[in-house]
Amino acid sequence: MIVQALAFYLFSFILVAAAVMVISARNPVHSVLFLILAFFNAAGLFVLCGAEFLAMVLVVVYVGAVAVLFLFVVMMLDINLLQLREGFIRYLPVGAVVALILLAELLVMLGGWVMVPEMAPSAIAATPAPETLTNTHALGQLLYTHYIYLFQVAGLILLVAMIGAIVLTHRRREGVRRQKVSDQIRRRAEETVELRKVPTGKGI
Amino acid sequence: MLEIGLSHYLTVAAILFALGICGIFLNRKSVIVILMSIELMLLAVNLNLVAFSAALNDLVGQVFAMFILTVAAAEVAIGLAIVVVYFRNRGSIAVDDINLMKG
Repeated sequence: MIVQALAFYLFSFILVAAAVMVISARNPVHSVLFLILAFFNAAGLFVLCGAEFLAMVLVVVYVGAVAVLFLFVVMMLDINLLQLREGFIRYLPVGAVVALILLAELLVMLGGWVMVPEMAPSAIAATPAPETLTNTHALGQLLYTHYIYLFQVAGLILLVAMIGAIVLTHRRREGVRRQKVSDQIRRRAEETVELRKVPTGKGI
Repeated sequence: MLEIGLSHYLTVAAILFALGICGIFLNRKSVIVILMSIELMLLAVNLNLVAFSAALNDLVGQVFAMFILTVAAAEVAIGLAIVVVYFRNRGSIAVDDINLMKG
């Protein structure tokens, strides 16, 4: 039990510290690297909760794809760092006030829930996790049966996002020779081949 | 203190969410850091869902968290594509310069 508590405090402390660094780092590249650290620690918290599959998905998808995408974009764009930092101090009070109010609200709600346990919804688990299966197995059984349509829609969303990103960032450059299949098929021999009678001993 | 329950996870998620909000306010100039703050907030929501799923012994929370992951990945891809296109057109991604639509 004490190992679990220590791991929880370690992961959550690093998670919060990394989140603070994400929003306050001077260089966007450092922000992205701290975001990766935050994702790793969130994956650790997921493992502590017993959601191993989601933890691995978080590492693979977020660290492997999303954070690397951020890193690519940050490095590809030539961003003026000094210009980005303007107004940081000016907006610090209002940002801190809004965040503190929100945090206080959330904690008050949570506190009421902890102090008055009857407030907690006595939820009957709709789909309890089977004891005999692993987390991944149980999740797959649920996802491919009850939630198959939602799962398909999630795949469609990813497809649309992929096509959208390609269409947005693809650009046609002038002066680049490209293969046009329709033009190639439309060619006729009469339009392109010209027969000339070449006199003997002379060129054209 | 040593018994880790639901409320511990919810507290961490609440702090993370507040930090995300704070990040949006602090980095008013940079679209990329705003996108990263949104990622932090989505991570906090996922943490909430997984914690409730574990506490209530209900797997649906984890299924929902997976869908949120999907949508977040799609959102980041589209958002960064828009940022790249915008930078190509205007040579800047400062939020103040994004006023083509006079919004």
